[in-house]
Amino acid sequence: MWQHVLTIFIASALINNFVFSRYLGLCIFFGVTKRMETAVGMSFTFTAVMLVEAVLNWFIWTYVMVPYHLGFLKIVIFIGTVAAFVQAADTMMKKVAPALYYKLGIYLALIVTNCIILAVPLINADENYSLFESMALAVGSGLGFSLALIIMASIREKLELADVPKSFQGLPISFVLTGLIALAFLGFSGMITL
Amino acid sequence: MYEQMTNILLQVLNRAASILFNNIVPRIAVEGSTATTGTVPVTTVYTALIVLAGLGIVFGVALAIVAAKFVVKVDPKVEKVRETLPGANCGACGFAGCMGYAEAVVGNPDVAVHMCAPGKSAVAEKIAEITGKKAEKVEPKIARVFCQGGNSLSQRKFIYTGVQDCTAAVLAAGGDKSCEYGCLGYGTCMRACPFGAITMSADNLPLISLEKCTACGKCVAACPKQVIELAHTSKAVVISCHSRDKGVDVKKKCQVGCIACGICVRTCPVDAIKIDNNLARIDHSKCIVCGLCVKKCPTSAIHDYIPVRPKAYIDPEKCVGIDVCEKVCPVNAISGEIRSLHVVNQEKCIGCRMCESRCPKKAITMVESSSAAAAQAKPGKAKEPVSVS
Repeated sequence: MWQHVLTIFIASALINNFVFSRYLGLCIFFGVTKRMETAVGMSFTFTAVMLVEAVLNWFIWTYVMVPYHLGFLKIVIFIGTVAAFVQAADTMMKKVAPALYYKLGIYLALIVTNCIILAVPLINADENYSLFESMALAVGSGLGFSLALIIMASIREKLELADVPKSFQGLPISFVLTGLIALAFLGFSGMITL
Repeated sequence: MYEQMTNILLQVLNRAASILFNNIVPRIAVEGSTATTGTVPVTTVYTALIVLAGLGIVFGVALAIVAAKFVVKVDPKVEKVRETLPGANCGACGFAGCMGYAEAVVGNPDVAVHMCAPGKSAVAEKIAEITGKKAEKVEPKIARVFCQGGNSLSQRKFIYTGVQDCTAAVLAAGGDKSCEYGCLGYGTCMRACPFGAITMSADNLPLISLEKCTACGKCVAACPKQVIELAHTSKAVVISCHSRDKGVDVKKKCQVGCIACGICVRTCPVDAIKIDNNLARIDHSKCIVCGLCVKKCPTSAIHDYIPVRPKAYIDPEKCVGIDVCEKVCPVNAISGEIRSLHVVNQEKCIGCRMCESRCPKKAITMVESSSAAAAQAKPGKAKEPVSVS
C-alpha cells in the first residue's frame, strides 16, 4: 500500500506533472513566474491549499457523497469546498502574512477556479483513492507545480537580461519556453503507468 | 399564515424535485458519474438538496467566524491620500499606481510626500497634512522639446510614407529628417501623453502646454529620438537643439540648430553655458534666466519660454543717481548722469533683471512693457507698478 502511495506521489510530481504533461493551471503559472519571490510564495500556498483541499474533499466524498449516491454533484461540491477554504485562507493570510498577501494578490483568488485544484479531488474521487493516496496525489501535484513555477521563474529572471525580439517579449516567449520544458518532461512519460 | 407559507414552499419543492427527478437528474446521472446508475430514487434529490444546503451553511458559518476573527483594520489615512492623488496611475512616483504610493506614504516614514509628479506641490501639501510629514518645496518641472526644426526650417533626407508614427519612422534609416537628433514630428509623444498636454504645431513640432503638463515623463520615454527632456519650469531659457553635428553640417540640415559658435558661452554673465561635443548646454543650476543668450544666438537655437518679459522701470522718487545699473546693463539701455535720475530705454531693455537686484535703493522694478511705457510717459503720476513674477 505504501509503495502505491509513493508511486502516486512521484508520478504526480514528475511524470504526470500538471503543467508540463497535462497543461493545466497555466494562468497562475504565467502569472506568478515573473519573479522568483512570488513563485516560491505561490508554491507554498498552492501545495498547502491542495493538501487541505484533498483531505477535506476526501472526507466529504467518502462519508457524504458515496453513501448518499451524490457522485453527480462532485464538481459543484468540490468547487464549493475549494472556494470556502481559499476564502478562509485568504482572510487569514491578510492578517497573518500581509506582505505575502499583497504579493500574491489576485492569484490567491484565482486559486478558487484553478483547474489543478479542482483536478486533484476529481482524480481522487474517480480513482477511489484512500486518504493517504489522496494526500500523496495532492502533495505530489503541489510539488510538481512548485517545481514548474520555480524552473520557469528562474528562467524568466534570466530572460529579463536577454535580447528578446520585441514581438516575442513577455507572454509569447514564456509560452515558447514552457513548450520546450514540456518536451523535456515528456521524457518521463511511460516510466510509471498507473 | 406561517403554515400556509410552509405548504406553498413544500409544494414548490416537490414540483422542482419531480422536474429534476423526471428530466434532469437521470441524464446527468447516466452520463456523468460512476457512483450512480441509470435510475435515481427521489430521495437522492432530497439528500442532494439537504447536503448542498448543509455544506453551504457550514461553510458560511466557518467563513463568518474566520472573517470576524482575522479582521484587518485598514488605515483610513490610506483612503484619504488615495482620494487626494490625481489617480492617473502614471507610476512617476516609482510605486505600483496611486494606491501603492498611498499605502507606502502612509505606512513607511521614509517615503517622501512630494513623489507625485502630476499632483505637484498642492498634492504634496495635502498628503503632508494627512500623514503629518513635512512637505519639502517641490520645484515644478515640465517637459521641454529640444528641437525647433519643424518642417519649414529643416531638410528631409527622403519622403517617408509609412505608418505615421515616430517609432515606425525611426526604423526607416533613422527617420526622414536630415538631422539625426531632431524631432520627427509624427506625434508619438502626443499619443503617449496621458494628460493631453501635447499638441502638434502646424510646423509638425510638439507644443507642450504649461498648464496641462505634469512632468510624468511618459513622452520622454516614448520619443525614439530622445528629443524631450524634463526640466525645471522656472528655467525658461533652453537651448532647443540636440545636434552634435559640426556647425557646417548643422547649417546644411536645419536653420535653427546649434552650430556651437560659442557666442552664448561668451555672452553668459554667470558662465552657465558650456559647449560639449559641438552642442551648447545650459547648466540650469547656474542659469539666472536673463535671456541674453537668446538675443545673441545667431541661429535662434536658444528659446525663451517666457512669452513677454517685463522690462525695467526706475522709480524717479527712489533713484539717487548711482550708476551701478548703467554699468551692469548688458545692452546699455540705462543712461543718466551721476547723482541725477537714470532712465531705462524701453526699446533696448530685454528684461534680464540684472539691474533690479543691483540697485541699492531698490528703485528698479520690473513692469509689463505696456504699463511701463505709460509710466515713463507720465513720470509725475506713475501708476503702481505691476510686479510680474
